[in-house]
Amino acid sequence: MSKKKMNTVQKTDFLKDSRRDKVFYAFNTLFLTFLAIIIIYPLYFIIIASFSDPEAVLAGQVTLYPVKITLDGYREVMKRKDIWGGYLNTIIYTLLTVVLALGVTIPAGWALSRKTLPGKQFWMFYFIVPMFFGGGLIPFYNVMSKLNLINTIWALILPAVLSVWNLFMSKAFFESSIPDGLVEAAKIDGAGIYRTFLTIVLPLAKAIIAVMGLYYAVGQWNSYFNAMIFLQNKELYPLQLILKEILIASESTVGGSGETILQQYRLANQLKYVTVIVSSLPVLCLYPFVQKYFNQGVMVGSIKA
Amino acid sequence: MKDGARQLSVSSAEKQAKRYRKRKQFKDNFPYLVLLFPAVLLVFLFNYLPIYGVLIAFQDFMPGDNILSADTIWVGFNNFKRFFNDVQFWSLMKNTFLLCIYGFIIGFPLPIIVALSLNAMKNRKSAKYLQTIFTAPHFISLVVLVGMLQLFFGWHGLINNLVASWGGEKYSYFLEPGAFRAMYILSSNWQDFGWSAVIYIAALASVEPEQHEAAMIDGATRFQRVIHVDFPAIMPMVSVMLIMSIGGLMGVGYEKALLMQTDGNLPVSEIIATYVYKRGLTGLPDQGYATAIGLFNSVINVVLLIIANTTSRRFSENSLW
Repeated sequence: MSKKKMNTVQKTDFLKDSRRDKVFYAFNTLFLTFLAIIIIYPLYFIIIASFSDPEAVLAGQVTLYPVKITLDGYREVMKRKDIWGGYLNTIIYTLLTVVLALGVTIPAGWALSRKTLPGKQFWMFYFIVPMFFGGGLIPFYNVMSKLNLINTIWALILPAVLSVWNLFMSKAFFESSIPDGLVEAAKIDGAGIYRTFLTIVLPLAKAIIAVMGLYYAVGQWNSYFNAMIFLQNKELYPLQLILKEILIASESTVGGSGETILQQYRLANQLKYVTVIVSSLPVLCLYPFVQKYFNQGVMVGSIKA
Repeated sequence: MKDGARQLSVSSAEKQAKRYRKRKQFKDNFPYLVLLFPAVLLVFLFNYLPIYGVLIAFQDFMPGDNILSADTIWVGFNNFKRFFNDVQFWSLMKNTFLLCIYGFIIGFPLPIIVALSLNAMKNRKSAKYLQTIFTAPHFISLVVLVGMLQLFFGWHGLINNLVASWGGEKYSYFLEPGAFRAMYILSSNWQDFGWSAVIYIAALASVEPEQHEAAMIDGATRFQRVIHVDFPAIMPMVSVMLIMSIGGLMGVGYEKALLMQTDGNLPVSEIIATYVYKRGLTGLPDQGYATAIGLFNSVINVVLLIIANTTSRRFSENSLW
């Protein structure tokens, strides 16, 4: 085959493929755009409904843009002491959980990533077992009861302070991201294990600290079940439990007569849209700032583990 | 003779040195145990103590009883037998299994497709933005998610309002058993497909560009490269996730189902996990019985996981252990 002919063959092949590729790229973009709309529209609808006249919302007039803009729902939410009390509780629980969780998970992840950890095989097994087998709900409840944690905030915080999955993710991060040479060098320079951890390892662990912090924060912010079974004192209720009453409680609880019921009903409905926004905003805003760390080897490291 | 004695003493000295070295190594590395200790303690308290507490599945247990004491009433497998004869047994098994299997059929391939699709996008910047959008719903709480479902599918929700304004008949999605599974599964996928895709996207990032170049020189289209270059690259990850999700095939949690339950949809929405909660912690608690049901469920999960792992190890090189 002459050189010239080969060139032309390649050229036409290339053209044909590029046309097929174009179709592929078009379909691909279309598919992803479709998914993006499915994700965005419900969130968008909640936002516009929260600003719209409740009557228009109930009449199905609000679909693409707000109708008869009103801030009544927001004003109503501002007045709800239970929501803000729950909000404050959730912020306290979340902060406590994140601080304690990082204090436990990061050092343990570091220790577990060291080959010289005494009894490493045993500890690995010790932490893997709970990933696949647990006692279940009732024994867990009984343990909390025996530890006298029922109806205290520690019932929500202490069990949330260590997730075995997060522990293994930190371990994987340290294994893949901290060069052994660095630790060796610190040892030769006379730094002990604690000092090496505090002054050399921790500054390099920002990515995993951020990601773990996000995971623990979101987990605590969003949980309702433990609060539901462990707390009786309403003063201690976290936001999610208050939200559960507002968003999911039966509709028959609204009392009154005739027009007032309808009025109350409309307001209650409006309140739902607003509370969804008010309660989800902090978490949704936090995520994009932490997302950049996902690419810094956190995910890749955890895969290889 | 002399030689042998010397050898013996050498070896015993060696042994001693070895023991000494071992002790020194333990001493030197003791701080690692200190760093690990809080995690060990928490896992002991909140994971291992409950595993010990599973013993009440074999007892006639009243709240407040001690697990092991002189007057513990052991009933053997009676609680399990009671469950197998429970009028709800087959419906609980069926509801749990169907919810999981339908969820798996949609929820397993979707993140893989999305990851491959995002990875194949030419415009890297918009791929990144799309990924951010796709992962966002993961951070919405279950309470809010179910609240949103009601705002869309409830009697006064968007869908029904639209239908009513077009003169159609309203449909009570939350009270009709027919809509529960679809709502449960589709909303779960809405919330988590992007998040589940992250792990595949990260795996795709490690595909060597040379592989793509080689395939392009061979005349492969982009789509062919997705099938023959990208997909094989994430295959090990896919296997691992497949094993894990088969292990979780009967492991659907109670948290979301409990929020979505109404008197109307109970015939399909009552699953093993919610039944355990109700029998064990609400009304007149029957804790031994509820624990037995929970244990039965976990044992099924472990068995499924072992079967999946063994099968995968036999037919491919990928397995969890």
